[in-house]
Amino acid sequence: MNLSSLVVPVLLAGVAVYGLGKRVDVYAALTHGAEEGLSVLLRIIPALVGLLTAVSMFRASGAMEWLSGLFAPALDFLGIPPEAAPLMLVRPVSGNGALAVASDLMASHGPDSYVGRVAAVMLGSTETTFYTIAVYFGSAGITKTRHTVPAALAADLTGFAAAALAVRLFFGSG
Amino acid sequence: MEMAWVWTGMVTLSLAFGLLTGSLDAVAGAALEGARNAIDLSLSMAGVLCLWSGVMEIMNACGLSASLARLFRPVLRRLLPEAARDPETLAAVSANVSANLLGLGNAATPLGIRAARRMARGCGGTASDELCLLVVLNTASIQLIPATIASVRAAAGCGTPFDILPAVWLASALSVAAGLTAARLLSRGGRRR
Repeated sequence: MNLSSLVVPVLLAGVAVYGLGKRVDVYAALTHGAEEGLSVLLRIIPALVGLLTAVSMFRASGAMEWLSGLFAPALDFLGIPPEAAPLMLVRPVSGNGALAVASDLMASHGPDSYVGRVAAVMLGSTETTFYTIAVYFGSAGITKTRHTVPAALAADLTGFAAAALAVRLFFGSG
Repeated sequence: MEMAWVWTGMVTLSLAFGLLTGSLDAVAGAALEGARNAIDLSLSMAGVLCLWSGVMEIMNACGLSASLARLFRPVLRRLLPEAARDPETLAAVSANVSANLLGLGNAATPLGIRAARRMARGCGGTASDELCLLVVLNTASIQLIPATIASVRAAAGCGTPFDILPAVWLASALSVAAGLTAARLLSRGGRRR
């Protein structure tokens, strides 16, 4: 038995029992949350159509391979597979773009391949940095952001390298 | 607006590469296939995404995010000592962190903005060290259960989409640590000048 097979059933049952113990209508909450999930999905579908079109074209034309090759020496040094270069470029700018690139990588390499797993972990361990900075400082009326951008990009780069490292650690690089 | 540049750049580069390498047939096919794949992907990730949004909602309704927020208060008091002097800012920051942990992005952002606004009062448009730290914390991902990624993996035909959790946690922890360390080091460097 895979230990991660425990996560899903235990979490589902645990949350339901805990909620019922607190006299929460867990089923109503579940369906209400699912409805919210659906509206999130509805909002990203138009972006996914535009972005997956562009990403597919980019791959088919050979431009993706060229871009990966461009960054391969630097990424090699950090232990990151060069196929992840387009994902790393898009990640800080667009969340939906990163989702499109990562799903393209998972579809073409397989979700359980080294590259597919690294793409998933990269997506899970970083955020849409520039969007977040713009939203926070924009609404707080800050114009001098000082060291925020370099510090946030240091976190992103560490996250990318750590994603590749963590996948090698837990799954090997096969 | 930057996405307009990214999108146009990708499409134009694809056309140029297609013309140069003679792969224009493949590029044309890929454009239509990509659009169709977007809908396939959305439909096949919908189930898992909705399920986990539902689970998050249960956690929220049980008051789990409130207790998580209480748990994080002492840590945040040490991380942001000046902001923590204002109890309302501390409450907003800890609720922001707990919502981020649970993956409630829609709830986390307004809470974080409320905290950032209070922290930015009277600073004349220059971010304080602590405000930089709060924003850096929000640009790093600390989500415990990355439901969207799991649903994309499931859509790609993966039978155990959650088996990457330990790897995600390790990478997230290292990334957050690097962000906080960089913010600390850079703010000191700035002050010396």
